[in-house]
Amino acid sequence: MNEFLNQLAFGWYPYFAVTVLVVGSILRFDKDQYSWRSQSSQFLRRKQLSLGSNLFHMGVIVLFVGHLVGLLTPINVVDGLGIGHGFKQLAALVVGGIAGIAALVGATLLLHRRLTDPRIRQSSSFGDIAVLVLIWVQLVMGVGTTYWTMQHLDGTEMVRFMGWASGIVRFDPGAPALLADVAIIYKLHIVLGLTLFVITPFTRLVHIWSAPIWFLLRPGYQIVRSLSPVKRPHYSLTKGPAGAPAPSFGGSAVTRAHSESGGT
Amino acid sequence: MSHFLDRLTYFRRDQSKFADGHGITTGESREWEDAYRKRWAADKIVRSTHGVNCTGSCSWKIYVKGGIVTWETQQTDYPRTRPDLPNHEPRGCPRGASYSWYLYSGTRIKYPLVRARLIRHWREARATMSPVAAWRSIVQDQAKRADWVKRRGRGGFVRAGWDEVNEIIAASNAYTIKEYGPDRVVGFSPIPAMSMVSYAAGSRYLSLLGGVLLSFYDWYCDLPPSSPQTWGEQTDVPESADWYNAGFLLVWGSNVPMTRAPDAHFYAEVRYRGAKSVVIAPDYNEAAKFSDMWLHPKQGTDAALALALGHVVLREFHLERQVPYFANYTRQYSDFPLLVTLVEQDGRLVPDRLLRAADLEGALGETNNPDWKAVGLDEISGELVAPLGSSGFRWGEQGKWNLEEKDGKGREVRLRLTLKDAHDAILPVAFPYFGGAAPHDFVATAHDQVLMRNLPVKEVPLADGRRVMVATVFDLFCANYGLDRGFGGENVATDYNQDLPFTPAWAEKVTGVPRQAIIQVAREFAANAEATNGRSMVILGAGLNHWYHMDMSYRGIISLLVMCGCIGQSGGGWSHYVGQEKLRPATGWLPLAFALDWSRPARQMNGTSFFYAHTDQWRYETLKPQEVLSPLAPPGNWSGAMIDYNVRAERMGWLPSAPQLQANPLDVGREIAASGRNPGEVVAERLKDGTLKMACHDPDNAQNWPRNMFFWRSNVLGASGKGHEYFLKHFVGSLHGVVGTDEGADIDRPQEVVWHEDAPVGKLDLMVNIDFRMSTTSVYSDIVLPTATWYEKHDLNTSDMHPFIHPLTAAVDPAWEARSDWDIFRGLAKTFSDIAPEVLGTEKDIVLSPILHDTPAELAQPYEPKDWGRGECDPVPGRTMPSVAIVERDYPQVYARFTSLGPALEKLGNGAKGITWNTEHEVDLLGKLNGAVLGGPTAGRPKINTDIDACETILMLAPETNGEVAVKAWNALSKTTGRSHHHLADGKEEEKIRFRDVVAQPRKIISSPIWSGLESETVCYNAGYTNVHELIPWRTLSGRQQLYQDHHWMRAFGEGFATWRPPIDTRSVAQALGKLPNGNKEILLNFLTPHQKWGIHSTYTENLIMLTLNRGGPAVWISEDDARAAGIVDNDWVEVFNINGALTARAIVSQRIMPGSMIMYHAQEKLVNTVGSEITGQRGGIHNSVTRINMKPTHMIGGYAHLAYGFNYYGTVGANRDEFIILRKMSEVNWFDKAADDAVPVEGIPTTPRVSQEAAE
Repeated sequence: MNEFLNQLAFGWYPYFAVTVLVVGSILRFDKDQYSWRSQSSQFLRRKQLSLGSNLFHMGVIVLFVGHLVGLLTPINVVDGLGIGHGFKQLAALVVGGIAGIAALVGATLLLHRRLTDPRIRQSSSFGDIAVLVLIWVQLVMGVGTTYWTMQHLDGTEMVRFMGWASGIVRFDPGAPALLADVAIIYKLHIVLGLTLFVITPFTRLVHIWSAPIWFLLRPGYQIVRSLSPVKRPHYSLTKGPAGAPAPSFGGSAVTRAHSESGGT
Repeated sequence: MSHFLDRLTYFRRDQSKFADGHGITTGESREWEDAYRKRWAADKIVRSTHGVNCTGSCSWKIYVKGGIVTWETQQTDYPRTRPDLPNHEPRGCPRGASYSWYLYSGTRIKYPLVRARLIRHWREARATMSPVAAWRSIVQDQAKRADWVKRRGRGGFVRAGWDEVNEIIAASNAYTIKEYGPDRVVGFSPIPAMSMVSYAAGSRYLSLLGGVLLSFYDWYCDLPPSSPQTWGEQTDVPESADWYNAGFLLVWGSNVPMTRAPDAHFYAEVRYRGAKSVVIAPDYNEAAKFSDMWLHPKQGTDAALALALGHVVLREFHLERQVPYFANYTRQYSDFPLLVTLVEQDGRLVPDRLLRAADLEGALGETNNPDWKAVGLDEISGELVAPLGSSGFRWGEQGKWNLEEKDGKGREVRLRLTLKDAHDAILPVAFPYFGGAAPHDFVATAHDQVLMRNLPVKEVPLADGRRVMVATVFDLFCANYGLDRGFGGENVATDYNQDLPFTPAWAEKVTGVPRQAIIQVAREFAANAEATNGRSMVILGAGLNHWYHMDMSYRGIISLLVMCGCIGQSGGGWSHYVGQEKLRPATGWLPLAFALDWSRPARQMNGTSFFYAHTDQWRYETLKPQEVLSPLAPPGNWSGAMIDYNVRAERMGWLPSAPQLQANPLDVGREIAASGRNPGEVVAERLKDGTLKMACHDPDNAQNWPRNMFFWRSNVLGASGKGHEYFLKHFVGSLHGVVGTDEGADIDRPQEVVWHEDAPVGKLDLMVNIDFRMSTTSVYSDIVLPTATWYEKHDLNTSDMHPFIHPLTAAVDPAWEARSDWDIFRGLAKTFSDIAPEVLGTEKDIVLSPILHDTPAELAQPYEPKDWGRGECDPVPGRTMPSVAIVERDYPQVYARFTSLGPALEKLGNGAKGITWNTEHEVDLLGKLNGAVLGGPTAGRPKINTDIDACETILMLAPETNGEVAVKAWNALSKTTGRSHHHLADGKEEEKIRFRDVVAQPRKIISSPIWSGLESETVCYNAGYTNVHELIPWRTLSGRQQLYQDHHWMRAFGEGFATWRPPIDTRSVAQALGKLPNGNKEILLNFLTPHQKWGIHSTYTENLIMLTLNRGGPAVWISEDDARAAGIVDNDWVEVFNINGALTARAIVSQRIMPGSMIMYHAQEKLVNTVGSEITGQRGGIHNSVTRINMKPTHMIGGYAHLAYGFNYYGTVGANRDEFIILRKMSEVNWFDKAADDAVPVEGIPTTPRVSQEAAE
């Protein structure tokens, strides 16, 4: 491939894509909060969504985490743990393959639903359809790479991708050259993947930032949003820390109240 | 500042814990809450209401945000009622709350619309001609006229500018006035009380032209003729708060929680106070759930039930035991003690008319109107006396028209209720019985047509030497109820279980209500009235009033109330709530609305007779008057078709007539003015010699057609237009679905009316509708003008349900190019004045008016009426024929007059209901308040430029809103009655309600003699209250509540007393049954059209919010049994048809409905989700597609004190409940949503064959 194009696609484009993703998302978050949503069409038709959406999301989350861990874990760490390259590739192939097929089936269901249900079609913007089509193509390509990966099960290609990815992170100008000779399918897959980063701030994909995982770690059942700035934990001799039992310097009434409230 | 940056807390967690860490306090931004705050915030909140035919008259808060009306909620600031009485608020229902949808909906009319084919011809002609000439050229060209007339209802509107449409309309008006006469320009708008200025705008314009206003209250069949018959009063009812004062509530054919939602709380509250409630309704309606007892008579048999209730009450509270309160009440306030002459007819004694002073030697010393003074037998002196209060005392003398128990000479009298102890003989007297035959599945009983009953009579010598038998009304009344009083003879019952009219056992057979229930209800009703001095109340609804013989059930109920002394007592009485009839500041409004400040009289016409004649429904009339004639009818010529009776009534001056003469009244007026003779004399002469004819003799003659029609604030074609398909065929001239023909054995050709073999198609040259939505009437009009919605104009609103006056105010300006009704007609007046001089100047207009109630002329025909048209007498204007007036019309000054208050008020005074007062001071004040016109022909007159000016005019002139006028009005009445009523308005002189006052808060009106109830700190408004407590007579012949109707025609049609009359046979199903098969089973059902649940009041059913709450389109309710019989399951598409037409709807199968009947809620238009009819090949049909008007001769009576015409007050009513239909499942559902050529018929030719092969041509 033309060296310039290679530099453009795998040397510069990644920085551009990540910048757009981060800066674009922040700007959208600031400018237009009401648009910060997944725009679910469940209200219009539940059928086909439950299965499609769950398959797709579970698959995609595994793929996303898999790509992240697989590409960005430094090779030294992998080697240090004694994980063989061939084994790592095989593991990636199996886990990614299952997740990829699940996601692909889900995406297919969702795409079919979005295009054929007249009400959903009517209420879909160009972006809604485009996102789904691009993801579907990306998944097809991702699953498709299995064929080429099977050609060399020793993990050498994988190591190249890992090297490229860590090179990009390390601002290593040599990184793009690593991909000069890989099969075209991988290149397309990477370019489209980066493109998905680029379009994220402009589409419903922003909802990936707001995946409600914090809910699982919520600190309290009742949340009071204070009108005045919340005082930071403040300790004083007379009042004690907020939320902690008040020290009972006040005599019998305070002591009784204290003991009745279960304090010690 | 930034949502993102705000979240950067630099690894600090701005939160603290509480409740052992189960709760946290965070400092995260709360800016998002503003979104919710803004969602429910408004830029302004404006007071308005819904100007719809709903008695609710609720004040609402209209919320405006960013210049857009967003929603509405109930106002809660009504002035407080007195202690112990629940407040009125909140008033308003979900229907009203859905109104704001209309403002920005797809159905909103945004620009003036005009039929494309009309405007094409107009522009072509207008390019070379002046406006009137242009109109003449296109309307006289039959091909061009047909071009737009035949396209009515079939789309083709284009947007036009105000100037252009105003010019078309004005040119058409001017041409019509010049060519045919101003009485060919007609307007219809209902219920002034709902938005009085909007009504007045159009009526003022038309009245200045000399055009005709059609009445609505009788046309809607909301007017209960029994009210003018009994009380000489249009309708007067207690406010809903008075329900709270009742001890027993009989809710009869009125679905209070559903159709009176804002008032229903009083009904709920009074039950907590211990009142008993019995609900009478054939279906299990919502009110039934409130009841202690639910009676469900077969639909249409209410009169039989009322009579049986009366039978029990008379037996137990008047005969076996005479309750003193009941006896005293009926002696003083009813016609019970008056004497009725009995005449011999075919060997039988028959009740004739009330004995009059004039019948007796020396007329009992009465020299003034002795023909109009009823007579009774004085218990004290034993002599015949003419008690005070008769209509004869009302006119021609002063100070004696009251209900004191005295005679004309001032002697105390005590009238005898019964001749039981003072009779000369016991004789059998004949009463008609109509229940021996009944159509369809109504029960007929085996009793004779004539029932002889014994009663005590007295022989009285007459002035002419004859001797005549007389009986008291009470004795006749008891005999009519079939009560055995020990006088022997047949047809009277001693026992409730005897099967004789009108015992409970008899009623059980006719109505299906168990006799025990009837007896119990009657006892409890009367016992409560006895214990409380009349606090038993009947709440009535349209359910009863729309039957052909509605006055029988109503009079049966009124009799029940009168015999228990309930009328005029707080917490008691007759509460008929159909139609918002109470225009409280009526006397302020009348001069404005009918331009009485400039010229009198105005042209007014009763809607029912007008539409009956001009939609040619008379050509299809299958009911012969002879079928409803009494077997005891006085001898005479009772032949003729229904329209013949109407023509006779018009000819004799009983009913109004319009168009009036078969000549242009301007031509006649010019001639008469030139001759200098008395116009009445000339017209009478020329009518007699036949050189002048009344137009009513030939309604199909092109010269007599109404030519221009204005509809505003209404939807005749989609809601009230009974005989919808006949409207379309003859009046409008569009495609129609009339199934039958005007030929057949059932149809009698009229005697008085010219029959044209080819009935006219499309009488109207120009049809203008003014609306804010694309209603059915809009769809068929030639020009649709966009009007302001109820949230976009200033106006006033009152109701009979509460005592407040409150406004409509403009929350926002009229959207798009809409204008308020006031502005529309003012603009039209301007254009008309500009172009009128082309053909019109100052003209003399001959105006015919009927003999009017509440004027001295009401004493016109005291005995058997004579018809000059049959040569029985001479035509005498105002006595035997309509009165004649010559009115000057200054056509170029229509605009100047429209916008200023004319001088007639200072000259003639103001007033109503027979009272007049000087109103110079109010006119003077109005000039200062509104400002005076600076220059021009009306210089110096008070201005009425804007709608607010018009509101101020009403408020200034009316006694209800101007205490000073109230004082004058009561003083004026005091002169007539000879009793001081001043105390009723004492201290109110300074109270003057202005427009901005009612904008600030609804105001309670001031008591005035225009109404029979009081607004005070001690009583709620209750009809008849001042009659009973101030001794002001009712405005009837006898001055009392008249339970006996002695007019010649009343007796002829067997309705002297209330009796049982089964529904009529409309003969609309036999010819169509099985003739137009689609393979599905056909069944017959009685077709009922009660008020809507899911429309704003009874109309506006295409409101999306309402549609989502029900089936979302036309639906009919049928019983499970009928559904099974016809093989129909819930939600099937069904077709409903008869010879009148067809409609399509979905079936709702419900246990609630009684077998044999079908309910289709009123005003379901063919606008939304309506499929094509298999019968007519056209879309749907509306609820009125299967109905036709059924008129009744007794409603035509005039010139007879209380039975005299008043606009919207009395007259023929458009009954339609007796109609039967054929119901069947549809086999093919056609939405007409394919390409036009395979679904829509070719112009003028229907796709499906009918019974007759009449095309739309």
